[in-house]
Amino acid sequence: MKIQELKKMKNEGTRDLSSRERRHFLKMGFIITGVYLGGRVLSLASTVKAAPSSMVPQQGEYSYSPHYTMVVREQRCIDCERCVEACRSVNEVPEYGRRTMIHEKRRPMADDGFETVFMPILCNHCNRPPCVRVCPTTATYKDEKTGIVVMNRDRCIGCKTCMTACPYNARYFKEEGRYVDKCNFCRDTRLAQGELPACVTACPAEVRIFGDLTDKKSRVYSLLHTPDTYVWVLRPETGALPNVYYTTA
Amino acid sequence: MKNLFVSLVPQSGGMEPNDSKAINMTMIVLAILALIGIAFGVHSLIIGHEHTFGVTREVPWGLLIAVYVFFVVTSTGLCIVSSIGHVFGYDNFEPIAKRAVYLSIVTILAGFLVIAFEIENTWRMPVANVIGANLTSNIWWMGTLYGAYLLFMIVEFILLLKKNHKTAAAFGLAGLLSGVAAHSNLGAVFGLLNGREFWHGPYMPIYFIASAALSGSVTIIVCTYIGYKVNHWQMSESMKTSLRSVGKLAALTIAILLFFTIWKMITGITGHPPGKYLAMQTLLSGSYSINFWIGEILFGLVLPLVIILVFRSRNITALFIASLCAILGIMAMRYDLVIVGQLIPHYHDLPLVDYPKLFSYMPTLHEIMVALSGFALTGVFLLLGEKLFRGHVVEEH
Repeated sequence: MKIQELKKMKNEGTRDLSSRERRHFLKMGFIITGVYLGGRVLSLASTVKAAPSSMVPQQGEYSYSPHYTMVVREQRCIDCERCVEACRSVNEVPEYGRRTMIHEKRRPMADDGFETVFMPILCNHCNRPPCVRVCPTTATYKDEKTGIVVMNRDRCIGCKTCMTACPYNARYFKEEGRYVDKCNFCRDTRLAQGELPACVTACPAEVRIFGDLTDKKSRVYSLLHTPDTYVWVLRPETGALPNVYYTTA
Repeated sequence: MKNLFVSLVPQSGGMEPNDSKAINMTMIVLAILALIGIAFGVHSLIIGHEHTFGVTREVPWGLLIAVYVFFVVTSTGLCIVSSIGHVFGYDNFEPIAKRAVYLSIVTILAGFLVIAFEIENTWRMPVANVIGANLTSNIWWMGTLYGAYLLFMIVEFILLLKKNHKTAAAFGLAGLLSGVAAHSNLGAVFGLLNGREFWHGPYMPIYFIASAALSGSVTIIVCTYIGYKVNHWQMSESMKTSLRSVGKLAALTIAILLFFTIWKMITGITGHPPGKYLAMQTLLSGSYSINFWIGEILFGLVLPLVIILVFRSRNITALFIASLCAILGIMAMRYDLVIVGQLIPHYHDLPLVDYPKLFSYMPTLHEIMVALSGFALTGVFLLLGEKLFRGHVVEEH
C-alpha cells in the first residue's frame, strides 16, 4: 500500500477494537518493557550512572564533583622525564615500577625528516574502569567523590587481573608493600594537602594540566572546549571512558 | 575424623591393589617432587614474584595461570564425564564415574595449589573475598563457584563411597551446575576484557566448556589405563565398553574444537582485525607457531582424532596413546591461550619508537617447579586413590 493512499483513508478509531485485541496489544507492550527492564537490571552495573553523550562529558553529565581530569598537551612534551622522577620520589615508586611514563611517537614528514611527539601516559581514571570491574575484592575502586581510581592496599590479593584488564599498562605490582600500585593523582601525597599532582608541578613545559572538569573556569575545562583544537583519548574502542585527555591546544 | 575416613575406605570388595615396592617408591618420589615444588612456591611468596617469576607488568599472567586453567578445565571435564553416567543415567558411562569424581577433586586441588602460589597475597583471600565481594568480577564468581563445586564433589564422592547413589546424584548435579558456571566464568575472566583483543568476545566461555569435555574424557581414559596397568588388573568388559564410549565422546569434542579453532583462525585473519590479527599471526607463523601447529593442532586434535578413528575407539591401548597426545596438546592450548593473549602491546596501533612489536615471556625455574608440583600431586593421589578405593569399582545397582 502506498503512503499516499494511506493518507486518504479514514481513521478507524479504537472503538471497534475487540477487548481481545486490546489485551493482546497491552500484553505485547508489557513483554517489550519487561525484556528491556530485565536486560537493564541484568546487564553488569557500570560504575557510572550515565554515560556521557560524547568523549568529553557535557554540562549535567559529570559523574563526580570535583570531576578530576588531566589534559595532556603532548606536543609540548620534551621527554625530560621530570614528571616520572617527581612521581617516583613523591609516591615512593621503586626502581622497577612506574606510575607514569613517556612514549615516543614518530611519523615521516614531507621533507624526508621525522616529526617526533612525546606521549606521556598514566592511569586514565576511567569512568568505566575495566580494572575496577574485574577486581574480585574491590581492592581497587572509583572514589565516589572525585572519580579517582584508588587502591585499598590491604585488600589486594595480588591476582593481577587488574593489570591484565587495564588497556593502558598503568599498573604494576609493588613488592615492597605487596599490592598493585598505580597513579592516584597524588590523592594521598599531595591533593590531600591542597597541592597539585607531583607530575603536574614538575613539568617545565606545562604539558600536564590538572583540574576539576565541572568548574567552567578551570584550565582543563577551557582546554577541552577550545575552538580549532583536537581532543582525543587513548584506546577509545575499549569503552573505558578515560578522564585523561590529549589535545592539540 | 579419622574414624570417618576409616569408615569410608573400603576394606574389601573392589580389586586387590598391587602393593609392590615400585608403586610405593613412585608415590614417594612424586610426593617429594610435589614438596620441592611447594618449597619453590613458598620461596617466591616470601621474596616476591619480581625476583623469582618471569611475569612482568606487561605480561602479568604466566605459566602458573595456564597450568591452573589446565587443571580446572580437567576437573570440570571429569565432572561432566562422571555426570553423564551418574546424574543422567547413561549406563555406558557408569563404570568410569566414581574414578572421575575422585579425580575431579584431585585435579581441582592441584589447580588450587598452583594458583595459591601465583596469587601474591593468597592469605588475604578468605577475608577479602567476603568483605570485598565484587559481583561484577568474573574472577570472584569463578573462585566462589569453584569453592562450592569442590564441596559438592567431595560430598558426592563420600556419598558414593557410602553407596547412597540417589543423594550422590543430586550432589553430582549440583557439582555439575556450579562447575559449568564456574568454568564459563573462567572463560569470561578472559573474554570480558575489552582491552585484550585476542580474548575479547563470547568465544572464550564457550570454548572453555567444549574443551573441558575433551580434557575430562582423555584424562579419565589415561588415568583408568594407568590405574589398571600398575595394579595388574584385568579390565572388565563393561569397563572396556565404557572407555570406548568415552573415546567416542573425545572424538566428538575434538571435532567440535577443530571447528572452533578453524573459525577462530579465520576471524583472526580476515580483515586484519587490530590486535587480534597480530596474536593470530604469532600463533600461525610467529614465535608460537611450533606450540600451535605441533602442540595444539597435531598433538591436541589431529593425532588423537586419527588414532581414535583408525582404531574405531576399540583398542584400549590406542585410546590411551591418543588421550596422552591430547593431554599434551591441551597443555599447549592453555599456555598459548593465556600467554599469547597478553603479548600484544597495549599501544600496538600507535607508531611508537623503541616499543616492542610483541611483548615476551619465559617461565622461570620457580614457575616450572610450582607447575610440576601440581602434576606430581595429581600423580600421587591418582595412585593412592587406586590403592585406597580399590580400583574405584562401581557396583551394579
